[in-house]
Amino acid sequence: MSGLLHFFSSHFSTLGHEFWPLLVGGLATGCIYAMIAIGYTLVYGVLRLINFAHSEIFMSGGFATFFLMRWLVGTSTPNTFETVLYLILGVLVGGLTGAGVATVLERVAYRPLRRRNAPKLAYLISAIGASYFLFNLAAKEFGRINFSMASPYVNHSLFTIFGAQVYMSYIIILLVGAVMLVALDRLVATSKLGRSIRAVAQDAETASLMGVNIDRTIALTFIIGGFLGGVAGYLYGLSFGVVYTMGFTPALKAFTAAVLGGIGNLRGAVIGGLILGVVESMSVAFVNGAFIDVVAFGVLVLVLLFRPTGILGERLGRSA
Amino acid sequence: MKNFFTSPLAKRIGAMVALVATIAVMTGPPGDPTHPMAGFTGSFTERVSFFGLFPAPRGVLFAALGLLAAGVVLMYRRQAQPSVAKLRDKVVPQYHALAAKKPVRGLWYTAVLLVAIVLPHVVTDPFWQSAMVSQIAIYTLLAIGLNVVVGFAGLLDLGFVAFYAIGAYVTAWVTGALPVPAPFHHVIDAFWAIPVAIVFAMIAGVLLGVPTLRLRGDYLAIVTLGFGEIITIFANNLYGITGGSTGSKQIPHFSFHLGSLKYLWGLDPVPYYYLTLGFVVLFLLIFSSLEHSRVGRAWVAIREDEVAAESLGVNPLKYKVMAFAIGAASAGFAGVMTAGQSFFISPSTFTLAFSINILVLVIFGGMGSIMGVVIGSLVVQTISMYLIHTPPAGFQNSDLYIYLGALLIAMMIFRPAGIWPSKRRRREMTPATLEGEAQ
Repeated sequence: MSGLLHFFSSHFSTLGHEFWPLLVGGLATGCIYAMIAIGYTLVYGVLRLINFAHSEIFMSGGFATFFLMRWLVGTSTPNTFETVLYLILGVLVGGLTGAGVATVLERVAYRPLRRRNAPKLAYLISAIGASYFLFNLAAKEFGRINFSMASPYVNHSLFTIFGAQVYMSYIIILLVGAVMLVALDRLVATSKLGRSIRAVAQDAETASLMGVNIDRTIALTFIIGGFLGGVAGYLYGLSFGVVYTMGFTPALKAFTAAVLGGIGNLRGAVIGGLILGVVESMSVAFVNGAFIDVVAFGVLVLVLLFRPTGILGERLGRSA
Repeated sequence: MKNFFTSPLAKRIGAMVALVATIAVMTGPPGDPTHPMAGFTGSFTERVSFFGLFPAPRGVLFAALGLLAAGVVLMYRRQAQPSVAKLRDKVVPQYHALAAKKPVRGLWYTAVLLVAIVLPHVVTDPFWQSAMVSQIAIYTLLAIGLNVVVGFAGLLDLGFVAFYAIGAYVTAWVTGALPVPAPFHHVIDAFWAIPVAIVFAMIAGVLLGVPTLRLRGDYLAIVTLGFGEIITIFANNLYGITGGSTGSKQIPHFSFHLGSLKYLWGLDPVPYYYLTLGFVVLFLLIFSSLEHSRVGRAWVAIREDEVAAESLGVNPLKYKVMAFAIGAASAGFAGVMTAGQSFFISPSTFTLAFSINILVLVIFGGMGSIMGVVIGSLVVQTISMYLIHTPPAGFQNSDLYIYLGALLIAMMIFRPAGIWPSKRRRREMTPATLEGEAQ
């Protein structure tokens, strides 16, 4: 008993010392999870299925920006203007690559099945096939090692909050993430496209009777999710480098985040992502680093057991 | 001109070009990190000789092949004009065939079994003899097990490897090959691991299945995908229990002694082949009788319409978990077979690639069709092994994964029920086409 008490007190004291640094780092990781989770939750909303190939959209954004950054930055040290320019270019190229891969994926792996009104199992199988195809093709074409991305900025500590160093990379991730997520929220809540996405999510058949072009809406949903996924790939690549398997674990965690927030719920995906990022970061104080990935899986199983509709509740079709 | 680009013909040509280009890249030379486009451009510019008959860049070769394929497709389309009467003639017998009793195919089965028994004496190449056990027979066993989950119950299990790993590690544990002490004091052989491994794999299956299947079937796919990774993490990092990344100590071979009858399976793959073959036949008998039992009918009912099945008193959760646990148990069993045959086990064997490989066998052969799955396993694994044993110029073993991924997509688009479909499954997978066109 006293041993157990000692275990917890010592671990909580670690957490006490490291609380703020872990929180800031966790929020930055969580922001990346949130951006990937949006892709899952959007597609789940309109098609009711898990897009297994979303991890490879993320990876393609990472690889495209890796080559872009190598070409733009190389070994130079960019000045402030160049840093901003390169970051914007990186976000654009990453996002557009993600959107492009998502479009191709929708056309090749989903649309033929939708035409045939295939059962759900068929979609899941063709999606996992696409994912497997893409990451092994990337391995063949680009190699199997982890490449570190040429960074357009120097990752120094900018300021401290309660003793936690806040690095340049955190600020960039949080800034880009916040802009993207707010823009998406407005897009879905107010625009005509957003309305048609919500209509298709609610009832595809009725929506099509009301004049919503279902094919176009689904394609655009994939494009939006793909754009965010590609940008997330860029931001992740800047911190952790790119490798052909880079999509696998972040995508599993992002799906966990989407379920944690409530599948189909956009704000839920954001909150779920941030919470998962922080929980995972804090768990460093309790578990061995090698088992960090197990934490997210544990969260997923616990959510499915105790609150399967997620924190904010599922919102398949209700206004986002 | 504008009309041409939006016409169905242009779309078809575009799809054809994209398909041929994809195949060219898939089979092309690998790229490298310093020249990321080298693999793509090389796929079209690299010269091939094609047995010295046709020296040209790959681009020209593939364009020619594409044109040829387009011609064949065009001719086929000309002939196959769908008409209501034709479709009716096609559909109606299918419904009758479902009701009709299956003809006895005992003679066929006996013939195939005889071929399988004679085979290791005909094929004496050591590569093929060991491939027949570890890559074909065991994979067939696994595919028959996964077919219960994917084919009968219609659930997607992407972490099949996890249960296989559980089976293998339990074998190592029971035979005392792990750092953690064995449950029995004296050394025992791997046969005793079979019941223990099945129980452990089943418990894992139920623990994972109950929370996941309670809610939505499609979450199972991603939960099992995660579970497959988790098992590898545990196997890699729990040094005191699993031996970490170096794996287990030596696992004793299977042995058999009953009174004066004694037999020890050693290094020679042929006795293992017969042992595995025996279990394959046993599995075939068990699962095909399961298919037509009350349980099998419940699975069909849930797969086709869960709400209707539930209103008729079938408990979906119970039967789904049952299918998942049976699949897990058969994977655990295959794990024992592998562990008993190989010297030791290590986490590097238990990868996502393995789960996907088994899934491909089931999908290619035909979900829910036991004969289809067996044929699918034999065909796909034999071709894979052939490619690895005698690789064509420029082929790397890892290219196989790309082909398997592409095969999954292609099967879902063109032949979702598999090459040897079960009759019922074929109707399920293509409902809209038949009904839509027949109207």
